Amino acid sequence: MSAILNDETKKVLTAPLVNDNPITLQVLGICSALAVTSQMSTSLIMALALTLVTAFSSAAISAIRNHIPSSIRIIVQMTIIASLVIVVDQLLKAFAYDVSKQLSVFVGLIITNCIVMGRAEGYAMKNPPLESFMDGIGNGLGYSLILIIVAFFRETLGSGKLLGIEVFKLTKDGGWYDPNGLMLLPPSAFFIIGLIIWSVRQWKPAQAEKVEFKIMSIAHGEGGHH
Amino acid sequence: MEAYISLFVKAVFIENLALSFFLGMCTFIAVSKKIATAMGLGIAVMVVQAITVPANNIVYHALLKEDALSWIGIKGVDLSFLALLSCIGMIAALVQILEMILDKFFPALYHALGVFLPLITVNCAILGGSLFMIERDYNFGESVTYGVGSGLGWALAITVMAGVREKLKYSDIPAGLQGLGITFITAGLMSLGFMAFSGIQL
Repeated sequence: MSAILNDETKKVLTAPLVNDNPITLQVLGICSALAVTSQMSTSLIMALALTLVTAFSSAAISAIRNHIPSSIRIIVQMTIIASLVIVVDQLLKAFAYDVSKQLSVFVGLIITNCIVMGRAEGYAMKNPPLESFMDGIGNGLGYSLILIIVAFFRETLGSGKLLGIEVFKLTKDGGWYDPNGLMLLPPSAFFIIGLIIWSVRQWKPAQAEKVEFKIMSIAHGEGGHH
Repeated sequence: MEAYISLFVKAVFIENLALSFFLGMCTFIAVSKKIATAMGLGIAVMVVQAITVPANNIVYHALLKEDALSWIGIKGVDLSFLALLSCIGMIAALVQILEMILDKFFPALYHALGVFLPLITVNCAILGGSLFMIERDYNFGESVTYGVGSGLGWALAITVMAGVREKLKYSDIPAGLQGLGITFITAGLMSLGFMAFSGIQL
């Protein structure tokens, strides 16, 4: 194993998890992160699909990177990504039809997911195939991590279940838990991601953004005392 | 006519692409710092959306749908799995053409929108609009209405968001929540506000 996992590979594989997470720090690929997370099962499928597409598209683009004329590179990248997404879409329709119906257009939207394009343009165009593949997996995992955390809160608090298995017994079935309907609606995803970003930046202050306008502290005696 | 008005209102407010389907979030968060730029991007999205959704509708119905090729005598062919590739190709090509036309005939508009146009190809709101059109099986008239409506809804959302953020930068926000964090929370509150439209039926 150690022959394959040299330092560079290890770095590109683990850095995107927290230190350089595509969602909380690079602000990429947020659309689907918010839209599919009301259930754990759809999030897991989506995370898997995106990880695979990112990894294989990075590897493919990296393999032909020296042959792509730079003026049409976006179109070439787009075609490779779109073909991979079609494969994923057809596989889902064949083997997991219900999930593919629930995910609706969001599988197709992996094409325009900024993580895939961002890694292709930012990493795969400059690095050899194996590292690019690992970089794709790493960023896919960083994305998956956030997706799973959000889905965990939304599904348990919103419907008292996790992966369809009852966790909290609902009041309507004679239990004690009154489900929080807001968690199943779009706004909750914004709040949860906002809070995740806050906690990550509290934990790693280096990621916090600079303040544009600093509020001056009020001098004592000018209304500071109560 | 009534059906079209209902679809339009639904596309702008109730099923707002940005706030209830989270489409185009990356640009929505990144370009909403100033009202003027946000509005420019919003208008560009609206124009592109109003052109690409009907164009994809024509391509889908004339070439890709099951038995759609019967007009040239080929029967029983279903190319709908190519919809993803054709949609994104169509969008990329149309954005490129639009850029050239604007550059040639409306230089002033080109300079106002220019920087945003390349961004739009990878904006998921545009691709999402076309995919929703295919999934819901809109006819041509409906696709025009949906294209204009959903584009307008997105433009509205990003302009309002920019307005809120311009005021927000003077407020005292905890260090970790600065920037991205508070933007998400704000978007959540706006999305909550837009949900108030959900009861409206025309």
